[in-house]
Amino acid sequence: MARMTMIEAIRDALDAAMGADPKVVVFGEDVGYFGGVFRVTAGLQAKYGKTRCFDTPINESGIVGAGIGMAAYGLRPVVEIQFADYMYPAYDQIVSEAARLRYRSAGEFTCPMVVRMPTGGGIFGGQTHSQSPEALFTHVTGLKTVVPSNPHDAKGLLLAAIEDPDPVIFMEPKRLYNGPFDGHYDRPVTAWKTHELGEVPEGHYTVPLGKAVIRRPGQAATVLTYGTMVHVALAAVQESGIDAEVIDLRTLLPLDLETLVASVRRTGRCLVLHVATLT
Amino acid sequence: METPDQSEFPPLSLAVPEPEVRPGDRPDFSQVRIPHAGSVRRPPVDADPEEIRDLAFTIIRVLNRDGQAAGPWAEALKIVPEELKEGLRHMMTLRAYDARMLIAQRQQKTSFYMQHLGEEAISCAFRRALAPGDMNFPTYRQAGLLIAGGYSLKTMMCQVYSNDADPMRGRQLPVMYSSKEHGFFSISGNLATQYIQAVGWAMASAISRDHRIAAAWIGDGSTAESDFHAALVFASTYKAPVVLNIVNNQWAISTFQGIARGGSGTFAARGHGFGIPALRVDGNDYLAVLAAAQWAAERARRNLGPTVVEYVTYRAGGHSTSDDPSAYRPAEESAAWPLGDPILRLKNHLIAIGEWSEERHAQAEAGIHAEVVAAQKEAEAIGTLHQGQRPSPADMFEDVYAEMPPHLLKQRHEAGF
Repeated sequence: MARMTMIEAIRDALDAAMGADPKVVVFGEDVGYFGGVFRVTAGLQAKYGKTRCFDTPINESGIVGAGIGMAAYGLRPVVEIQFADYMYPAYDQIVSEAARLRYRSAGEFTCPMVVRMPTGGGIFGGQTHSQSPEALFTHVTGLKTVVPSNPHDAKGLLLAAIEDPDPVIFMEPKRLYNGPFDGHYDRPVTAWKTHELGEVPEGHYTVPLGKAVIRRPGQAATVLTYGTMVHVALAAVQESGIDAEVIDLRTLLPLDLETLVASVRRTGRCLVLHVATLT
Repeated sequence: METPDQSEFPPLSLAVPEPEVRPGDRPDFSQVRIPHAGSVRRPPVDADPEEIRDLAFTIIRVLNRDGQAAGPWAEALKIVPEELKEGLRHMMTLRAYDARMLIAQRQQKTSFYMQHLGEEAISCAFRRALAPGDMNFPTYRQAGLLIAGGYSLKTMMCQVYSNDADPMRGRQLPVMYSSKEHGFFSISGNLATQYIQAVGWAMASAISRDHRIAAAWIGDGSTAESDFHAALVFASTYKAPVVLNIVNNQWAISTFQGIARGGSGTFAARGHGFGIPALRVDGNDYLAVLAAAQWAAERARRNLGPTVVEYVTYRAGGHSTSDDPSAYRPAEESAAWPLGDPILRLKNHLIAIGEWSEERHAQAEAGIHAEVVAAQKEAEAIGTLHQGQRPSPADMFEDVYAEMPPHLLKQRHEAGF
């Protein structure tokens, strides 16, 4: 089993999906020849050709809107919004169109599309390259919203998202692209190649959508978290010695209430840890 | 804040365009330049867009005042008299359907309706240029695509009545039909979103090395939306096999077309900045619409890329049943519209070529009326907005996802279903 960064794992998922299904197409700003500003799609155009992986005009509504048309046609578009902060021009297409197409046509037209976007802070990007807008998606029924916290899950969740019959918002915590973040900016980042969740199986596998996972069992309290904060929580547990149970939600909508409720019933305490805005 | 008055120029002022006339004024369409039928050239479909820029500033017309089909666009038409009679029938059916549904709305059998009065030729004729499998991304005023495509009037009515046979299960505003089988994409209430989706669908067809093409539809007002411009740049970049239709019916609810058009001269000319060939067509001329549609569809099918087509027409009725146009335009304006009535013009043409008569027309009108009334009876026997069989509220939770997630199942149980 290869050890990969999260970027490599996501690329591996795209490679596996594109290799298995000619209906999978990948496009967005700078994703074609250059391979994306975070290099996620590097090499895919060379391998699968320009009509399977290509650059688009800088128009997020256009990228998502075209993706919806392609999905309605029968393709499986995986589009990239360069930063989650840039998704607002596409919000109407996501909320009013992608999320509701199945509903409003009573199942006649559907939108099996994945909208990928690097999300969150921690890379000194200022307020236009650091936002965590997941709450704007979790309030929209018809969407599924996924936030992986490690390379293994990133690949498995992305493959599950691509195979899902409905639109999935796939938010990639960019602070985790190259290694888990323990909350200490002054320390060098641990590389994924030294982390067991950096082990990524070859070929096809999925991590189911809508299923949380207990990262660390504990008795004192339940910490509900996802994405970047999973690793901050685990580091905090280690540093504080508090025997907390850390749950990685992985999918924010639909939420795995069964796992969460069972844990909180057991520990009697619940802490929610995230980096999104509180309003 | 005080600005020092040091400029050598007078103070700036904001331009807010106004229509030529308002209620109480005499209708005036003298600014609409109307060329003689048959006078506009027809270039080959692979013409260089730069060489045909003039076609975005004229009006392609086929039917003249004597009811004759004239000029190169008429000569290139692929249609036989039997099909023309069928086309007339489609337009008459759409008008009769509209009339019945308007009455039904006043009788509170539905909450809302939108009619096509004066615009029947556009969707009815365009449908004929498409092949099975092609996909329209329509607005709310292209029901002629369904009627000319053989969709059931009764099913359309069931949608308008939101009754138990409404394929959309009462989830959509009346007139927001959907039929994949009939090449009619689900209508959105959010304007212009479908325009870029049509381009995406067309791109998908090209990616898949398919033969099918897409048709995008938009009104004059909605061309101001960002998604219109997104659609044009994507269509231009990828040479998508799509016909980009703009129905310019002069009015966006109460806003005259000059507000969306700005300084561009015509809506068709919007294509030029993107290198997309553009035609401007008499939208009240069934033959001109069909000729332009066939030209644009052939371009798409031969992989020559997109075409912008502006149909010049006039919205003779209100925007919807919630609109009263006498509040913002002269009531006589509709009668003064210089391009005439599409049904009357095709009828006169068929009479002029000896294929039709006043008697046959009256007969057809009665037959169509009976057909529409019969469909209406069948639809109403199922239910109307406030009576009869309606979709169960339990349906509200279906089709949100392919598989109902636990939280929606819980909500449905809490609602008592």
